[in-house]
Amino acid sequence: MTSILTAKKVIKRFGGLVAVNSVDFEIPEKSIVSIIGPNGAGKTTFFNCITGFGKIDEGEITFEGTQIHRLRPDQITRLGISRTYQNIRLFPDMSALENILVGQHLFLHSSWISAVLSTPKVRAEEKMALNEAQRLLNFVDLKGKGDMLARNLPYGAQRRLEIARALATQPKLLLLDEPSAGMNPRETEDLTAFIRKLRDELGISILLIEHHMRVVMGISERITVLDYGEKIAEGTPKEIQNNPRVIEAYLGRGAATEGMANAHERFADSKNSKSN
Amino acid sequence: MINKNNFLWNAIKLGLLGGTIGIFFSLVGMIEVFSKRDVIENVITLGDFMLLATAAISGFIATRSQTNSKTITTNLVTGTLAGLTTGGLLALFVWVGSQINLRAVFLNASPVLFDLLTYKKGANGAWLLLEYGALAGLIGSLLFGLPEKTRKPLTNTILFLFGMALFSGLFRVVMINQEGGAAKLAKFLFGQTGLTLSGAFIFFIIVAAFTSLWSGQSKKIQGSYARLPKKGQITVRVILIAVLAFIAIALPQISGPFIAQVIVVVCLYAMMGLGLNITLGFAGLLDLGFVAFFAVGAYTVGLLTSYGPFGLEHISFWAAVPIAVLASMLFGAILGLPVLGVRGDYLAIATLGFGEIIRLLAGSDFLAKYFGGPQGIIGIQKPCLGTLEQFVKIDVPRVCDGLEFAGPKEIYYLALASAILIAFIAWRLQSSRLGRAWMAIREDEDVAEALGINLIQTKLLAYVLGAAFAGLGGAIFTVLVGSIFASSMQLNVSINVVAIIIVGGMGSIPGVILGAIALIGLPELLREVSEFRYLLYGITLIIMMLAKPEGLWPSQTILRELKHNEIMPDTESPNIKA
Repeated sequence: MTSILTAKKVIKRFGGLVAVNSVDFEIPEKSIVSIIGPNGAGKTTFFNCITGFGKIDEGEITFEGTQIHRLRPDQITRLGISRTYQNIRLFPDMSALENILVGQHLFLHSSWISAVLSTPKVRAEEKMALNEAQRLLNFVDLKGKGDMLARNLPYGAQRRLEIARALATQPKLLLLDEPSAGMNPRETEDLTAFIRKLRDELGISILLIEHHMRVVMGISERITVLDYGEKIAEGTPKEIQNNPRVIEAYLGRGAATEGMANAHERFADSKNSKSN
Repeated sequence: MINKNNFLWNAIKLGLLGGTIGIFFSLVGMIEVFSKRDVIENVITLGDFMLLATAAISGFIATRSQTNSKTITTNLVTGTLAGLTTGGLLALFVWVGSQINLRAVFLNASPVLFDLLTYKKGANGAWLLLEYGALAGLIGSLLFGLPEKTRKPLTNTILFLFGMALFSGLFRVVMINQEGGAAKLAKFLFGQTGLTLSGAFIFFIIVAAFTSLWSGQSKKIQGSYARLPKKGQITVRVILIAVLAFIAIALPQISGPFIAQVIVVVCLYAMMGLGLNITLGFAGLLDLGFVAFFAVGAYTVGLLTSYGPFGLEHISFWAAVPIAVLASMLFGAILGLPVLGVRGDYLAIATLGFGEIIRLLAGSDFLAKYFGGPQGIIGIQKPCLGTLEQFVKIDVPRVCDGLEFAGPKEIYYLALASAILIAFIAWRLQSSRLGRAWMAIREDEDVAEALGINLIQTKLLAYVLGAAFAGLGGAIFTVLVGSIFASSMQLNVSINVVAIIIVGGMGSIPGVILGAIALIGLPELLREVSEFRYLLYGITLIIMMLAKPEGLWPSQTILRELKHNEIMPDTESPNIKA
């Protein structure tokens, strides 16, 4: 299986702190891959490195054979990588529909002069964009909410809208940063099914940062575990569940003797009860 | 002991606040200046009206905010007490003024002021202030007690009458210019400085009848418009536009050059406002040196068309305007490039500097060879629709054999047409791909970039297009005045433009136009007010920020209304699912 994204010996420093330390990583095509790790392990930093938010200090990242670690975020998006954010970052004072239309920016080509003249080409393009935006709204179950301001949408709807906006850029690789944060068990289940649908129906590879172990273990094909910026384990969910280093990283040395699956369940539950 | 929550205490507090505001108005000299103007001739002056309105408003607010019991008696007592306190504080002020000479510190605390406050009865007349204050407060609380249905038309009528009184001089001049019946009617309705009593009475009845009818009928009329077939709607719209166009074309001929000039200035500021609205309102990039682009447009046209000593080319205005707009766009890019990475407060300071640099360079001795330095550029050829005779001699304008845009009455058409064109362009841009990209940058720059928006290109376009609008404004300003001086490109022009946008509604095109009318047009028309322009600006801005931070005509509501009509029909009712 070929990999869609490959990272080699990636290092990212903030002053003296090494946030990502020499991480090798790859995402096979059309797979669902997760990154897990305790808080502050460098997961989101790694995300930012991939999407061009922060320039890496050493190493290289290639996407479908193209080196991307020196490109601007908009150029990386053009190649086909899109993301959502840990704290939802919609355009709050724009409507849901407009949020998605912004996501389609790359696929609209009208110049400002033709927009002022409102040429037939521009009008046709705008109409297509509106239809596409409506289709995406329906796809994430937000039918009829297109003209609501993004900030007035309920939390779950905002999460879904953010995914719709990311999909509007027609990504080949979608990065989801804690998509199930703040969701109840039912919503989480729906989300899991939705992520699977994205991969199965649209053929999009998915990279997931997630704390919710039921989600991670349920849908990931491969899992990478980061701790203090270093990759400490990699493998299938089963391998990860039984890896003593992972258990140690999460729960301390003593916990390694307990069953990993149990421990993770407890860990996830305690996290949930805290956030509720 | 006074219970702090007691409604009487509340009334006194608000009354004291009202009184302080009244004393402030008196001490800055507003009352004295405004007393020269009448609201209703021989009945009430503008100064009196201001003080009475202060007392009435404190009565109204006291009544509204009292929480004890909403019975009629407590309401009336609260209002009266608040008004009484306001009057009392003013009376105290008059008494202190009669005992101590306040003029050493407060220049305006003159005997004239105290005479005005007490109707020439001296310190003994201060009791009158208590009576009037109490009466005004009572009126305020009565106004609160009225049901919404009566109150709204009533307050609207009073506000309308007040507006008519302010502009009565203008109406009078315009109508007397028409001679015949109009002139007679004018003398019947309008006095020298305010409405006549009969005029006030007639307007009151007309406006009250109209507003009370309208409040009932407006929905019906809107409904019947919506029920019209599409063809009918278009006809209605065409008729409306035709009527507006006719008024716009006929206006300068009826009103004379003064009003035409005021409208030209409003149009110029609206153009600058619409330009800044692109950079600040749409893209969220604050620019405090916006006058720079105006200056570039003005100087380009000046240098290219002047027959004075600094004229370079002596070409016609029409050829110079596109060049001026392009030059402004170039300067927009020059400003934009270095400040691309600068955000927020830093951006404000950087652009402020840019505006000052342009002004200082244009007025400097160093560049006086090219830009005339402090003497400026004079002798700018007026625009001419027709052919200009061959350039003969310096210092003499070329003769125009067609329609020459010589004065404000002609330049009015040029300015209005340009402002409409620019508003149209801004409106088309707003709903375009570029407009959405700008708004995305305003909301969240990083996310916008991560969605594939090229920040450099998009931000530069915002600067460049905004600058183009201002440059066109500058070009028209040049031919209006016929000369350019660096000193007219002051920082306060930039500040005015920012204020227009804030008051009108950031990102809203009709808001910006409304803001230009309110902040530039009204003070120009009310000569008495212009002395206190910046004080009133400050008050308006503070009140706007507190009461209506989204502006007079906020953008989002309109946007959403439009969207509603567009999209709702072909979707089902929204499914309620959290």
